[in-house]
Amino acid sequence: MGSGPPVIEPSYTVATVTDKISSVVLTRRTPVGWIIGFSVALLLTMTFLTAVLTLFAAGIGIWGVNVPVAWGFAIINFVWWIGIGHAGTLISAILLLMQQKWRQSINRFAEAMTLFAVLCAAVFPLLHLGRPKFFYWLFPYPSLHGVPPQFRSPLVWDVFAVATYFTVSLLFWYVGLLPDLATFRDCAKRKLAKIVYGVLAMGWRGSAIHWHRYDTAYLLLAGLATPLVVSVHTVVSFDFATSILPGWHTTLFPPYFVAGAIYSGFAMVLVLAIPLRAAYGLEGLITPRHLDNMAKIMLATGLIVDYGYVMEAFFAWYSGNEAERFMMINRMIGPYAPAFWATIACNGLAILALWFPRVRRNVPALFGIALLVLVGMWLERFFIVLTSLHRDFLPSSWGMYYPTIWDWATFAGTIGLFFTLLFLFIRFLPLISMFEVRALVEPKT
Amino acid sequence: MNFPPIYGLLAEFDTSASLLKAARQARAEGYRTMDAFSPMPVEGLSEALGFRHTRLPWIVLAGGLFGAAGGFFLQWYLSVIGYPLNVGGRPYNSWPAFIVVSFELAILAAAFAAVLSMLACNGLPQPYHPLFNVPRFESASRDRFFLCIEAADPSFDPDKTRRFLESLKPHEIFEVPH
Amino acid sequence: MNTPEQDSVDRREFLQFMAASIATAGLAGCARQPEEKIVPYVRPPEILVPGKPLVFATVIPFCGIAAPVLVESHEGRPTKVEGNPQHPGSLGAADAFAQASVLSLYDPDRAQVVASSGNISTWSTFLAQLVPLMAQQRVTRGAGLRILTESVTSPTLLRQLDDLLREFPDARWHAHEPVRRPQDILYRVDRADVILTIDSDLFSCDPGNARTLADFAARRVPPRMNRLYAIESTFSGTGAAADHRRPGRACDMESFAWQVLDGIEGKPPDDPWIAALVRDLLAHRGSSLVVTGHHLPPTVLQMGLAINQALDNVGRTVVFTDPPPPHPSDIESLVQEMNASRVHFLLILGANPVYTAPADLHFTRALDKVLFKAHLSLYEDETSERCDWHIPEAHPLESWSDARACDGTVSIVQPLIAPLYGGRTAHELIAALVGKGPQRSYDLVRATWRNLSDTEWETALHDGFIKGSALPPASKTIDRPPRPATTSADGMEIVIRPDPSVWDGRFANNAWLQELPKPLSHLTWDNAALLSPRTAARLDLKNEDVIELRTRGRSVQAPVWIMPGNADDSITVHLGYGRTRAGRVGTGAGFNAYPLRTSDALGGGTGLVIRKTGLRRRLASTQSHHRLDGRDHARRATIDKLPPESELKSHPSLYPEFPYKDYAWGMTIDLSRCTGCNACVVACQAENNVPVVGKDEVLRGREMHWLRIDTCFSGPAEDPDAILQPMLCVHCEKAPCEVVCPVNATVHDGEGLNAMIYNRCVGTRYCSNNCPYKVRRFNFFGTAQQVSPVQQLQYNPDVTVRGRGVMEKCTYCVQRISASRIQTKKEDRLIRDGELLTACQQACPAGAIVFGNLNDPTSRVSQLKRDPRNYAVLADLNTRPRTTHLLKVRNPNPEISDG
Repeated sequence: MGSGPPVIEPSYTVATVTDKISSVVLTRRTPVGWIIGFSVALLLTMTFLTAVLTLFAAGIGIWGVNVPVAWGFAIINFVWWIGIGHAGTLISAILLLMQQKWRQSINRFAEAMTLFAVLCAAVFPLLHLGRPKFFYWLFPYPSLHGVPPQFRSPLVWDVFAVATYFTVSLLFWYVGLLPDLATFRDCAKRKLAKIVYGVLAMGWRGSAIHWHRYDTAYLLLAGLATPLVVSVHTVVSFDFATSILPGWHTTLFPPYFVAGAIYSGFAMVLVLAIPLRAAYGLEGLITPRHLDNMAKIMLATGLIVDYGYVMEAFFAWYSGNEAERFMMINRMIGPYAPAFWATIACNGLAILALWFPRVRRNVPALFGIALLVLVGMWLERFFIVLTSLHRDFLPSSWGMYYPTIWDWATFAGTIGLFFTLLFLFIRFLPLISMFEVRALVEPKT
Repeated sequence: MNFPPIYGLLAEFDTSASLLKAARQARAEGYRTMDAFSPMPVEGLSEALGFRHTRLPWIVLAGGLFGAAGGFFLQWYLSVIGYPLNVGGRPYNSWPAFIVVSFELAILAAAFAAVLSMLACNGLPQPYHPLFNVPRFESASRDRFFLCIEAADPSFDPDKTRRFLESLKPHEIFEVPH
Repeated sequence: MNTPEQDSVDRREFLQFMAASIATAGLAGCARQPEEKIVPYVRPPEILVPGKPLVFATVIPFCGIAAPVLVESHEGRPTKVEGNPQHPGSLGAADAFAQASVLSLYDPDRAQVVASSGNISTWSTFLAQLVPLMAQQRVTRGAGLRILTESVTSPTLLRQLDDLLREFPDARWHAHEPVRRPQDILYRVDRADVILTIDSDLFSCDPGNARTLADFAARRVPPRMNRLYAIESTFSGTGAAADHRRPGRACDMESFAWQVLDGIEGKPPDDPWIAALVRDLLAHRGSSLVVTGHHLPPTVLQMGLAINQALDNVGRTVVFTDPPPPHPSDIESLVQEMNASRVHFLLILGANPVYTAPADLHFTRALDKVLFKAHLSLYEDETSERCDWHIPEAHPLESWSDARACDGTVSIVQPLIAPLYGGRTAHELIAALVGKGPQRSYDLVRATWRNLSDTEWETALHDGFIKGSALPPASKTIDRPPRPATTSADGMEIVIRPDPSVWDGRFANNAWLQELPKPLSHLTWDNAALLSPRTAARLDLKNEDVIELRTRGRSVQAPVWIMPGNADDSITVHLGYGRTRAGRVGTGAGFNAYPLRTSDALGGGTGLVIRKTGLRRRLASTQSHHRLDGRDHARRATIDKLPPESELKSHPSLYPEFPYKDYAWGMTIDLSRCTGCNACVVACQAENNVPVVGKDEVLRGREMHWLRIDTCFSGPAEDPDAILQPMLCVHCEKAPCEVVCPVNATVHDGEGLNAMIYNRCVGTRYCSNNCPYKVRRFNFFGTAQQVSPVQQLQYNPDVTVRGRGVMEKCTYCVQRISASRIQTKKEDRLIRDGELLTACQQACPAGAIVFGNLNDPTSRVSQLKRDPRNYAVLADLNTRPRTTHLLKVRNPNPEISDG
């Protein structure tokens, strides 16, 4: 991806880049579209709060979970959201290490997306507890009763992985924001903005020696975030892979989940970037080159996921294990088969169009495919969680899971929460990394 | 103690290349206590100012090792010494299961080490700096490039240094008050 | 400065006072003791030690038959009913009904006041009303006085009725038992080598079922096994236990019986199956047994007896008794008299005839013609609504009374608690009617048994029965019924049976029984029209479709449930549902089948017409998939093809072996013995405070039973083989649930129990997901903590009542282990084998469940683990379960090859 059309339109200079990006926050009036979008998102967030309060008041029984399907929407949504988060880290960390310069106009909001997605993901394990008020028992703290967490449990690994992921992503994001906050401090006209951005900028002044340490730290963080991002979805996959359930207990899960995570994450980046660049006239900064590259990554990771589907079926057959084979057949023709085939349609067939450059350059088509991928990845988690649980070893304990209105409300609510945070981010923080784009447009001598 | 009347002299440049050149010449002229400012990192600028390398990677490595060792010790102690329990017939010291948390804590500690030590070495947060007294310095975060020779430098002389800076053909020269 | 005078009450004394007043306050607060002296089973209550339960022997009358029980009482609160091991009619087992009776005791829906035409009144007002009425009756020699009861075996009540009828010679006593069961026949299954049941659910519906099942199960151990043939219209637990089972319509049972009888008498049947059966019966003359279902027409019962007589079984495996007089008239004659307006004063004791009387009698219409109607019952039910007076009845656990067991052995019913709601007994009511002599139940019962010395009386109370009071065998002439003209009727038939959970409706308000999954179908909270898969296909019916059942001009609407093994063209419905005034639990559950029941065809009959209504009614079954589908977790083998050795050895493991020093608890469950009678399920529920969640929650798959009995069908759907497999936490040594718990809320203890620490549980439910046996239960709403204060009195104080959001499961009755351990530690010894029983083991009439110490190679459980029948469910997962199953052994007739 080194050659090809320019990453940034050549007409931009260091000064215009800064003005263009900072004007979104500092000078332009709040667009009507923002107000509408934010209102809708806020309404959904209120739905979320209602659903959560009802849950706390009435108990986990308001959801559709039961025995045998003790995990339902909460875990599906958890895995989905945290997977989406992965693209941000991948763009900011792995592409940085690979010196992919095109990442620099999308990494900031992709990182923000990561943070918000992880936040949305993290609420689910907490909400799905029977007794959420005791969630802190999963942390090793010096407690009076002296009982520590059980470190063999993948759920404890989850706590550490997700907490670390969120913290490191936040640090990474904030460190990246530091010089841009200084720009805002300097460009802001209003006193309050100057003070707020000034405090957040910590007195950054662009000293060459600071830049030197800054670059080192940023690279090290990228180096740390890279194994971290791989580990997080690996650990999430351990929730399933270390269990003994047919269809869950497989060594395939870690790579399959990581690829799926990046896949859905890039789909989300596209779903966000395409309207954003149109709304704020950022086509010169987020160029067709970006979209093309992201589509290629989506295609590559999507094919890995498809390989996973094929291998799951192969393993089930090759294992010779009664329960495994039944699980696979049930997945394909059982009561939840529509979810499986819809997943295949979204993740297996729809993305094949991305082989064609014409499709990758067609922005509406790309947007549509990215949406399909998001749906497909959600459905994939749906059938993984449900088909293994609802019919496992003893036919006598088989059952069905039907989500309730509160399951849907909570899911829709987190989408609202995600977009609420995203709208606030767009309104108050630079959505493209200015200092990094400046480096791209600065004429080299 | 006797403070010089000003903090230093600040020269503004149009491009990173001219700043880099200016910095090299200033060092050649014998100035040591000086700093350059740019809206984005400029390759070679810190070396031009005489800054060699940073200890940051070592601090991060130490942080990571501490996180890993601490994390493993925590799990081992709690599972083997603190409250040994027969959990599913697994050994008390189920070390393979303890790898994940050790790894995550290693990353966490290393990341904190990286960010905190970067801030600490840079002396941030720093709410006040004399350079902020120069109104024009605001554009250092937008598109302008600055070189500041501080009055604390032994070879600083208000007139001589100003003449030297003028010889670098800057856009403008400012006096930086305290 | 303290002077001796000032310190007259010193600190020590003060504390003693405090302790005493707190103790008595606690007692007064939760339960009132009966006034009369009652005798505990184990220890005399010189001092009631708080925290130490007392056990009393008593009986729970059911359809007149005494179920001998021991009742555990905590600080004066009866909490648990178990079988009385010393009683010949129980051998330690108690069926689900008897065990669940303790829940009815505390039912807040029970009638709590004397009511006159729906208004609150008092007992003394009622007595005052009686005076002029009885004076009037005295004049007419009781011509207008009628008493309607259920089956009565109580010698005291019989004596009182006898006295009353002597005093009022023209008065009449009628008895109405909705489910009419012969009470003068005793089946001695222990003496039978070959048993044939003709549409009879012998082990769950017949009098003395607990003892019958125990005797049967004792002979289900290879190498010397009995053999059971069952032909039945719907799949029952008896059919599931049978070596040969065959579906057949109830209307064909008579001709089937004739074929058997003809075969025995030398005319070989055409059907090879019946021919082989007949040869087997003939080979076991005198040690065979034929039992017929009591819902079948009386002619079939006569046929059964005739076959037994032809096989020389009478006096050996079939024993008759002669119930002592007086004998009641039936309800049909009562209705006739009521319709003729000859009844002025009707006293209904316990029965609910408005709901249960045969539909063709139009009992309600007749009842309205009676001038004065008084009803004594536990609940204000459909009958109370139409009576002038309703008197709350005392529960058997609140009453003094007596009753006979199936063999006639007399037991004294002794109260464990004073009536919670001021209930009266039938004895008190009859005594009040007569107006003279003793008026209190205790005095009345004691008067019946005045020939017993005080010591003998106390012994009878202590043991729970009067020794040697069994009825002597009687001889009986058996009339062979006439041979029916036509052999078989075409078309659909309906079979009406008592419900396995709520019987004739009397337990409709008992939540434990309502939520008890019915054997094989696992339906809860509803009855249904059971039909065979082939009939359903023919009529294009699916589960939960509502159909109209019409026979003889009467119709009801019922949801369909497809029952594999049901006879084709035969629909079975169960009684006891569709109550309109049962209470908050029972009202509205299911449909009422009584309107289809006429006095000439109480068990149903042919001529059924079915119409699809297009409606649907959701049915809550706790098991959705009954087919084994070739899996091997429920195993069976024929007696000649048993596996060579026990599957004790496990796969190798990378994990260390943990030492278990004194005890290593383990369990075996013998599938050969299980008939799915549900006694263990109720026992577990009562012992462990397992909550009831309601139909909606069962529909969502959230039932809470720690112990379930899985039905595993294999073979053709028309006539499948069934294995009934009790499944509960198997306490894996390498427990998958424990490893995934993030907070150490489920761990192993030092005796190998898979312990669940409720207080620590945060409710991730991961353990349930990772349990391959799916035996963990989750408190989605915490219903256990939401029951009314009076129902909380039933809770076992030794077991935590779980709150919302925590997981729970079988604990191997850890509270019993703990109590036993404390006791034996005081005596400085180990717990002996058989000394400690889990609740399910204790309740199982068949002795299918054995629990004990695996460290002791001589314990019964250790021996069974070495038995070739022993296997672990899902052994290939290497979870090393401590509970293993003994595969189901069939003893087929080599001449029949049907499985």
